[in-house]
Amino acid sequence: MSKIIWLRILFLLCVIALFSGCVEDNKEEGLVIAGSTTVQPIVVKAVEVYGKNNPDLRIGVQGGGSGTGIRMVGKGSVDIGASSRELSTEEHLKNPGLVTHSIAIDCLIITLHPTNPIEDLSTQQITDIFAGKITNFKEVGGPDRRIVLVIREDGSGTRSTFENMVMNNTEVSDTALQKPANGAIRFTIAGNENTIGYLGIGYIDDTVKAISINGIPPSKENIRKGEYLLSRELYLVTDGEPTGETKKFIEFILSDEGQILVEEEGFISMR
Amino acid sequence: MGKRLNLENTIRGILLLFSTAALVILAIIVVFLFKEGLMLFQHTSVTDFLFGHKWIPAENIYGAFPFIVSTILVTLGALLISVPLGISCAVFLVEISPRWARELVRPAIELLAGIPSIIYGVFALIIVVDVLRVPFNLATGETILAASIILAIMILPIIISISQDSIDSVPRIYREGSYAMGATDWQTISKVVVPSARRGIIAGVILGCGRAIGETMAVVLVIGNVEKLPLSLLDSGETLTSAILLEMGEAVIGSLHYNALFCLGIIPFLIVLVLSMLSSRLITKRVSRFE
Amino acid sequence: MIHPNTSDKIAKIWLWLSALSIILVLLSILGYVFIMGAGSLSVSFILDMPTNNWREGGILPAIIGSLLVVIIALSFATPIGVGAAIYLTEFTKEGRLTKTVRIAADSLNAIPSIVFGLFGLAFFVFYLKDYTGGPSLLSAGLTLGFMILPTIIRTSDVAMRTVSFSEKMESYGLGATKLQTIKNIVLPEAFPGIITGIILGMGRAIGETAPIIFMVSLNPVIPKTIFGSGNTLTTQLYYLAMEGISMDVAFGTALTLITIILILNYSARKMNNYFSRNLRR
Repeated sequence: MSKIIWLRILFLLCVIALFSGCVEDNKEEGLVIAGSTTVQPIVVKAVEVYGKNNPDLRIGVQGGGSGTGIRMVGKGSVDIGASSRELSTEEHLKNPGLVTHSIAIDCLIITLHPTNPIEDLSTQQITDIFAGKITNFKEVGGPDRRIVLVIREDGSGTRSTFENMVMNNTEVSDTALQKPANGAIRFTIAGNENTIGYLGIGYIDDTVKAISINGIPPSKENIRKGEYLLSRELYLVTDGEPTGETKKFIEFILSDEGQILVEEEGFISMR
Repeated sequence: MGKRLNLENTIRGILLLFSTAALVILAIIVVFLFKEGLMLFQHTSVTDFLFGHKWIPAENIYGAFPFIVSTILVTLGALLISVPLGISCAVFLVEISPRWARELVRPAIELLAGIPSIIYGVFALIIVVDVLRVPFNLATGETILAASIILAIMILPIIISISQDSIDSVPRIYREGSYAMGATDWQTISKVVVPSARRGIIAGVILGCGRAIGETMAVVLVIGNVEKLPLSLLDSGETLTSAILLEMGEAVIGSLHYNALFCLGIIPFLIVLVLSMLSSRLITKRVSRFE
Repeated sequence: MIHPNTSDKIAKIWLWLSALSIILVLLSILGYVFIMGAGSLSVSFILDMPTNNWREGGILPAIIGSLLVVIIALSFATPIGVGAAIYLTEFTKEGRLTKTVRIAADSLNAIPSIVFGLFGLAFFVFYLKDYTGGPSLLSAGLTLGFMILPTIIRTSDVAMRTVSFSEKMESYGLGATKLQTIKNIVLPEAFPGIITGIILGMGRAIGETAPIIFMVSLNPVIPKTIFGSGNTLTTQLYYLAMEGISMDVAFGTALTLITIILILNYSARKMNNYFSRNLRR
C-alpha cells in the first residue's frame, strides 16, 4: 500500500513541476544585451551594480560574440549588442541605423611566461613569430626554447582585431593552440615557459609577463594615447539613438560611477 | 463497462504516442541537423569538406580532414589504454575478486561513470597536461595523448560493465570443464571464459568507442585545438566535437561558418548511430546464443 | 616456457592491479577536487549571491538554474518515458514496434552531447523561439529532457518486464481490468527500478555541459522565469575556468557538483537495495 502512496506523491510532484513553469510570471525581460565575450565582464558588472539601484528592471546578458551581437541588435532580437570591434562595412550596409557607443578602451598585450627574459619585440618580429617563420625564442634574442603560439579561436573578435593590426594578410600558423577565452590563454601561458600569446589588458596579472612593442611599454597613458600598437575601443551597439531604459543603462556605464566599474574590470576608462 | 473500455483505449492511444517519442525525437534531430548542415554544400563540395586540409572560416574555407584524423587518433589512443584495462577489470570482478573487493570496485566504477565530463576536463587540464610535458620533452603537453588518457578513464565504466555482464553469462559448465582438465584459473580465463564472452566484450568496446568519438568537454580543454593535421599521438590536434564547441560561441547565426559547424556535428552523429546499432546487434545475438 | 602456475600468478597480479588502478584514478580525481574546493565550499557559498562578477560570494543563481533545468527535463522525460515503457510491456507483444523503439532509444542514448547542443540551438532556441523564449532555461531543460528520455524508457522497461507474470495473472483472475492491474501490480512492483532510472537521468542532466552551453547567460541574477536565461553549475564551472575568473570559485562549484552526484548515486544504490529487499519478502 505504501508503494502506491509513494507513486501518488511522485505523480503529484511531476504535475506540480510541470505547471509551476507555466504559472510563473511570463514577463519579457526588460533589457537584453548580447554579444562580445570581451565586453561581457563590463556589462555583467554594470548590471550587478545598476540592478541594485533599479530592482524592478530585469536585464538579461548573453554571450555569442561580436558578430552575433551586432546581428541580433540589427534584427531587433536584443536591445543592446556588445562588440569588441568596429562595425564592418557589410554590417553598416545591412543596418545603416546602427549606432555605436564607445564605453571603454581595451588593449591586446603580447604576453610571455614570467621566466622568459625577452622584454621587447618589434612589429615585424611579432608578425614572423605568429606566422610561424620564427619558431625558437633564440632567433629573437631569447633563450633556446621552441615557441608555442596561443591564440583565440576562429571567429573571435579579439582574434580578428589582432590579425588586422599585426598580421597584414599573413596567415597565422596552423600550429597555434586555440583557446575559447582570455582566461584560458592566460592559464596556458602561465603554465608553460615556451608560450607566447595575446591577452586583453584586463587579464594581465603576475602569472604572466606583458612586454613592450617597438620599445613602447603597455602603460595606461600609452594605451589611452593609442601609442601601444594593439589598443582598441569596446562598443555597445543600438539600433538608432537609444531611448528609455536602454538610454539610461548606457548613460550609467558612461557616468563616473560606470567608468569606475570599467577600471575595476581592468579596462581603461574613456576619460 | 463501455466507458471503462473507452478510457482504456484513450490511455492506450496516449501511451502509444509516448512510446514513439524516442523515434520522433530521433527524426527531429536528423531533420534539424541536416537542414542546417547541408546548406554548406551549396558552397563547398563534399570532397573538399571531408578531405580539405585547411579550415579558415574568415575566408570561408572549410576542410575538416585534420579534425577527422584527430578524432580517429584520439579514439584509438583511448581504446589502446582502456580496452586491456577494462577487460582485465571485468575479468577480475567476475572470476577472481573476493566479495569485499567487488563491493569496493563496483561502486567506484559507477561513480567514475557519474562524474561530469567538465570535471574530468578541468582535472586533465591541470594534472595530465603537466605530467606529460616533461617526460616526453614536448613544447606543450596539450596533445592528443592527453585527451586519449582522460577519454580512456571516461569510457572504462562502459567497457567494464558490458564486458562484465557478458563474462558473467558464460555458463558455469564451460569453466568446470576446463578445470576438470587440470587448467589453472588463468588458462580457464584466457582460453575459455574470455573467448566465449567475446561478442559482449566487443559490444562494450564499440559502445566505448562511440562515447569517445562524441565526448566534447574533456577533450576541448586538453587537446590544444590546433588545426594542423596531426601525425602522432604527441601532436596537438582538434577533434570534430571540440571544433564545434570552440567556434560555435562566436559563429554568426545562419552564416556559412554556422552551417559548417553543423556539418562537423553530422559526422560523429552518423558514426555513433552505426556503432550503437552494431553493438546492440552483438548483444542481442549473444543472448540468443546462450538461451 | 613459463610454468602454468607462474603465469597464473603473474596474471592474477595484473588483474588485481587493474582493479586497484581504477580505485586509484577515482580517488585521485575526487581527492583533487576535494582538496582544491573544500576551502571555498560552505553553506553561504551555496546560498549566497555572487558578487564582483562571480569572483566572490556564492553560486546561488547557478544552483537554482541547475535545479530548474533538471526539473524541466524530468517533467518532460518521466511521464513520457514511463508511459512508453508501460505501452511496450503491457499493451503490445514483442515485435516490430518494441524492437524499433528500443533501437531508437539506444541510438538516442548514444548521440554525442554536443550534437544535442547543436540540435537544441537550431530547434528550441531558433525554430521554437516564440514558445521557449530563445536561449532560455526552458530550452536547456527540454534539450536535456530529450537526452535523458532513453535512460528512463530503458530502465522502466527493464523494471516492468521483471514484474512477476503470476501476480499479473492473479490480478486478472480476480477480475481486475488492464488499467487496474497496471496501477495496482505493475507500477508498484516496478517502482524501485523506475526511480533508479529517474535518479540516473537526473545525474546525467545535472552533469552535462555541452548540450546547454550555447543557451546560457552569465549574469548573476536569480532566474525568475523559465522563459528567461540563466546558467547552471556545469556551464558556470566552464565559464569560471575558461575566463580564468576565479579558480577558487571554480573548484568550489566543481565540489558542489560532485557532492550532488555522489548523493544521487548513493541514494540510487540505497533505494535499489531497500526495495529489492522489501519486494523479495
